[in-house]
Amino acid sequence: MKIEELNKIKKEKEKLVMVRKVIASEGEKLAKQTGYRKQVLVCGGTGCTSSGSKKVIEALEKSLKANGLDKEILVVRTGCFGLCSLGPIMIVYPEGAFYAQATPEGVERIVKEHLKEGKVVKDLLYKETVHEDGSIISLYETNFYKKQLRVALKNCGVIDPENIEEYIAVDGYQALVKALTKMTPDDVIEEITASGLRGRGGGGFPTGKKWSFAKASVNDVKFVCCNADEGDPGAFMDRSILEGDPQCIIEAMIIAGYAIGASHGFVYIRAEYPIAVQRLQKAIEQAKERGFLGKNILGSGFDFDMEIRLGAGAFVCGEETALMTSIEGNRGEPRPRPPFPAVKGLFGKPTVLNNVETYANVAQIILKGSKWFRSMGTPTSPGTKVFALGGKITNVGLVEIPMGTTLREIVEEIGGGIPNGKKFKAAQTGGPSGGCIPALHIDTPIDYDSLIALGSMMGSGGMIILDDDTCMVDLAKFYLEFTVDESCGKCTPCRIGTRSLLRLLDKITSGKGEEEDLEKIEELANHMQVSSLCALGQTAPNPVLSTINYFKDEYIAHIKDKSCPTGVCKALMKYNITPAKCKGCTLCAKNCPVGAISGKVKQPHVIDNDKCIKCGLCMKNCKFGAVYTS
Amino acid sequence: MAESTHNVFKGTNEQRRKLKKVIAQNKDVPGAVLPVLQEAQEIYGYLPIEVQQMVADGLGVSLSEVYGVATFYSQFSLTPKGEHRISVCLGTACYVKGAGQILAEVEKKLGIKSGECTPDGLFSIDSCRCVGACGLAPIMMIDDEVYGKLTPDQVDKIIDSYSE
Repeated sequence: MKIEELNKIKKEKEKLVMVRKVIASEGEKLAKQTGYRKQVLVCGGTGCTSSGSKKVIEALEKSLKANGLDKEILVVRTGCFGLCSLGPIMIVYPEGAFYAQATPEGVERIVKEHLKEGKVVKDLLYKETVHEDGSIISLYETNFYKKQLRVALKNCGVIDPENIEEYIAVDGYQALVKALTKMTPDDVIEEITASGLRGRGGGGFPTGKKWSFAKASVNDVKFVCCNADEGDPGAFMDRSILEGDPQCIIEAMIIAGYAIGASHGFVYIRAEYPIAVQRLQKAIEQAKERGFLGKNILGSGFDFDMEIRLGAGAFVCGEETALMTSIEGNRGEPRPRPPFPAVKGLFGKPTVLNNVETYANVAQIILKGSKWFRSMGTPTSPGTKVFALGGKITNVGLVEIPMGTTLREIVEEIGGGIPNGKKFKAAQTGGPSGGCIPALHIDTPIDYDSLIALGSMMGSGGMIILDDDTCMVDLAKFYLEFTVDESCGKCTPCRIGTRSLLRLLDKITSGKGEEEDLEKIEELANHMQVSSLCALGQTAPNPVLSTINYFKDEYIAHIKDKSCPTGVCKALMKYNITPAKCKGCTLCAKNCPVGAISGKVKQPHVIDNDKCIKCGLCMKNCKFGAVYTS
Repeated sequence: MAESTHNVFKGTNEQRRKLKKVIAQNKDVPGAVLPVLQEAQEIYGYLPIEVQQMVADGLGVSLSEVYGVATFYSQFSLTPKGEHRISVCLGTACYVKGAGQILAEVEKKLGIKSGECTPDGLFSIDSCRCVGACGLAPIMMIDDEVYGKLTPDQVDKIIDSYSE
């Protein structure tokens, strides 16, 4: 591909994509120049596919054909729009009508009433996008989108990820042109360094610095790797980027290769993400066909090629040295550092490894400059961060915000608050390596350093919102069960330490906890933090330490009072009978499998909690609602 | 390795041919053990010791190395899976929305534990860590079908629809 050809495609396709990005009135003018009267965008990401978007797309295409509209209306299967709980999502442009929870039956009506007769089907629209007078509000004006700033997710939900020309239409590969024709490798690294971009996968290491170390290593073979082994359960931003905009990762990796002097790249991606794998594969093929990958890219003399390696389900492979050991075909165990990957990485060669979201920022920094990037976020954490908002929150989905946005804005405005009238208790960030931010710190601006100061960490960006129904001891136990499962077993502090921590937590949640257990936990945690080989073991105690720090009273309640304030820990639950409600029908006593209930006929019964096995049969059988738990 | 009676390895010639082809294609690829095992599991449905031996011989590495890789990653199974694979997500988003109760209900319904297969070979249960459909939490997958926003009382009917 020559640069002129690239610009020609951009010019041809620009308007088609622009229709989806401008206000309705301008969109209409543009639409007339594209050959399509309207465009229907349907999310084909994992979230919407799981809620049935495939059937919706099939029904849509069939119905358009049946109504003779298939030549004038374009159907685009995009990546994630972010509002996963409302899926399948469908947007009609140029008016920007946002249909939520679309069904094949609803599609039938949308085609007939909206696409054919021009009347928006208001009762199927997402309720936040309709004014009381019935007029449509743009999606970008809703509470969910208003405070967001889309950089890494810029093209997700806008372009067709399986069509490289649509990527080219939105400035795709212009950064590569700029880097290859106007910048030296040192210029590229300088620009990235000046932008202050930090690794979005967890630790927040400065990306420019990482690249400069790899550039400085002298070797005829070097590698560029992308970590798409998103292991934090509850985080799915990397997957969404790969599903919605795979070309931007390819472009960034080529730029990284040019900067450090590497000609081969690997993307290590979870096998559990079939849609992302398939789209990335297709994207790589298209990039090869067009000559963005291969020999003499854009006539510059620079060669770069890349391939996909599938992960096989091991959380530890998110750690950089473990990931490389896994690509080498071995058990994915971490290696001691130094030597760092920039010196001796994949197959013993200097290697740069960045996470998907980090790469998603690279092309835009090169194109728009480091100053532009620094205009967003905070001085120490410039730019934006994508969070996977989940748990007890109204708007579950992907949100991208400038660094420095407060937790309150995320929860109350973007997230739409806590459902069912419950109260916000804490936000968990950083997954099994992170910690909790309690309600008392809800006004904290979110960036790398503020989260660490609170005893949590950014991690890859999973943000789980907890309400007052969540038991914090049980939550800590959940994460420890995870790290016990996922500890690779190579080093003792992690292998044995996680197990011992879990045993102590088990003791506490089953009512056998003693006060000195908390001291034991802290001592053990300190050992693990300083002596584990990799970050998995070093950070595994964080969920426990952070919940002890902020919710010590809950631990004390489990240990001293032998009770779980939220009623989650079953072993600590007690069944009781309200004497005033009990009619003495004896049904509970007859059904109790262990004979724990006693009482005379027509007189209130009593449960012996020492014998009780908490099966709940008494409660199920009581016709008077006299049995309750405490 | 302990193998119960219905787990005796029965490979077909067709499967063997496929695996040999995969091995031949990957013989000189650095780090081939992992991708070859992934393909082998795709062909056989699981990785019995016989298949691991074929991979080891084919790639010229030791059986212990292949076994080491096969037992390290949760994607690999050394025992056969059910005709229908049930996978309950225990990722964080699902967990805080009650995934534990869903798993317990599935186990109760089928009378087996997570990681096991029913004696008739129809169902196996596994837990997984996040398929990334957190907006629909809690979720369960049966084969490639995703069931989202689940409550424990829906489990019975869903599983029944597969056993007919």
